[in-house]
Amino acid sequence: MSASLPDAAPAAPGDETPVRRFPTAPLFLSGPAALLFAALVLTPLFLTALLSFNQFDYATGRTGGFTLEHYLAVVTDEYYLEIFLRTFRISALATAICVVIGVPEAYILSRMSNPWRSIFLLVILAPLLVSVVVRAFGWSMLLGPEGPVNGALIALGIGRMKLLYSEGTVVVALVHVMLPFMVIPVWTSLQKLDPAVEQAALSFGASRATAIVRVVAPQILPGILSGSLIVFGLSASAFAIPGLLGGRRLKMVATVVYDQYLSDLNWPMGAAVAVILLAANLIIMLTYHRMVEGHYRRRLG
Amino acid sequence: MSFLELKNITKRYGPMTAVGDVSLSVEKGEFVSLLGPSGCGKTTTLQMIAGFVEPSAGTIRLDGRDITRAKANSRGLGIVFQSYALFPHMTVFDNVSFGLEMQRVPKGERKPRVEEALSLVHLSPYAKRYPRELSGGQRQRVALARALVIRPPVLLLDEPLSNLDAKLREAMQFELREIQRKVGTTTVMVTHDQAEAFSISDRVVVMEAGRITQIDQPYRIYEHPETEFISRFVGKTNLLPGKVVTATGAGATVSLAGIAVPLETAGLSVGETVTLCIRPEKLHLTAPSGGLLTGRVADRFFLGSQWLYHIDGPLGTLMVVTPNDGSTPAEQGAPVGLDWSPSVVRVHRGAMAEAPDVALEVTG
Repeated sequence: MSASLPDAAPAAPGDETPVRRFPTAPLFLSGPAALLFAALVLTPLFLTALLSFNQFDYATGRTGGFTLEHYLAVVTDEYYLEIFLRTFRISALATAICVVIGVPEAYILSRMSNPWRSIFLLVILAPLLVSVVVRAFGWSMLLGPEGPVNGALIALGIGRMKLLYSEGTVVVALVHVMLPFMVIPVWTSLQKLDPAVEQAALSFGASRATAIVRVVAPQILPGILSGSLIVFGLSASAFAIPGLLGGRRLKMVATVVYDQYLSDLNWPMGAAVAVILLAANLIIMLTYHRMVEGHYRRRLG
Repeated sequence: MSFLELKNITKRYGPMTAVGDVSLSVEKGEFVSLLGPSGCGKTTTLQMIAGFVEPSAGTIRLDGRDITRAKANSRGLGIVFQSYALFPHMTVFDNVSFGLEMQRVPKGERKPRVEEALSLVHLSPYAKRYPRELSGGQRQRVALARALVIRPPVLLLDEPLSNLDAKLREAMQFELREIQRKVGTTTVMVTHDQAEAFSISDRVVVMEAGRITQIDQPYRIYEHPETEFISRFVGKTNLLPGKVVTATGAGATVSLAGIAVPLETAGLSVGETVTLCIRPEKLHLTAPSGGLLTGRVADRFFLGSQWLYHIDGPLGTLMVVTPNDGSTPAEQGAPVGLDWSPSVVRVHRGAMAEAPDVALEVTG
């Protein structure tokens, strides 16, 4: 998952002195991190990809050989298709809501003066200090049949509602968990904005809303883009939230992978689902990135 | 009544007064500069005219209308920001067109007006470029075109040339003035650069510590600075402390370290402590013992069209500027005489203030 910011540097200028020795210092300096990345990320990914092509024998539980049946099964089975569609629908919805809430939040934050700005930045970041599992349990207590939300609904005469184990609940909890990942990149790109640009728009007679839509928003678009890529990627592969708040029936891809590995013990199938999720995620995010960024590359550089 | 009128404008931030009791009248079509060191309140004053900062007290009137509390986006002023504040995601054309669009000028009328504004600043071929594809000087012109295209009653310039290199700055100064004359827009410019203020303004407003200390034509401010601060801030100057020894109705004599110097200033009283200001270019080098003082050339600097000498003498080190007329300059260490006409000496009453190094920092 690349959350690459769009201000990627242009290609390094070519060496002007052809006699210069091949630089070794950068290799040595980036070596340890590269090794760590290869050992801890690429190796398991490679092994997972290999595993997904293994045959699986239900009787003995042994794996081996080569087959494409798991991929075929995932692609053709409507059960899996539905889970993939649901995952991307929930992730897209969570991302959209994060944009709608997070962008104004970051804007308001950037307009605050100091004691309050620091306090509210802390309030926004503080949830990151609490484990996702704890926060998921927090939501399930809030929204449970005997929870305060249902208590209030009953008191208001609306009656008890089934809130848990629904798509809505998963989306709400995902938004809650992912919001900081939207606010931070947008806030960063707002910091880079020249405040005089907004004043300029006002001086030419633009209303505050017009100034924001026409002048501020287009300039923080790269931040919104990075934020939505992070939020979408993390949501699509989220496990704890759908696992705890989606229950047994409302499955998302990550929970299916978990089931395949630990309930069905069909590791190759789980691996195939995981690889497809990775590929689908990459395709969706790269397309999105292209679409939005290509549009703005020439303008913002 | 003046076109733009500031009356007792004050801005306080907590206990600190950024701008105190500033009153200023600007006539229609006039080019006025607010000049002062950083932190003197000139930018805050401009921001209050623009509507980005609300005055704590006082009134601002534009063409008879009270705009003190009017919102920035209802004033219709053209503003050129120090950072230019161009819209980076819009082309030059769209940048200039933005103000017209906000004024709901019909589309058919917008295009010719934008083109006219761009040709005024010689940028017609760049209409389709984005700001980051332009040089500093070109961006500056886009900012100017963008401010002028809406035909504002007043043009506000906030340090418009400070981000340009020296050569371009000089060229833009004259161009700015030429454009302003052509369009005839009333203009208020903020600057800390006295050369900039002097060369293009009709009147200069010198500000110090949030207050106006002098409003006058550039030439008058240079020749008749009302305070010692102004004489130091505006151009180079020699400040000489002395005591009045004789005073008549038509002049006086001041003793500078035992040397009697005649003055044409009336109204001084005997025994008074005064500070004399003499601009370096008003001093002449003469043959030794041919002038009022004698001294020795401590240092000399070649400035192209001029020579700058540091002359050590009984009054300390004096700066002397002489035009480079092609003759052989005085050698370092050579004895010289210094002479000046009594009419060029300006007198400030009272002792010399401390910290004359302010002058060294800001004079150009």
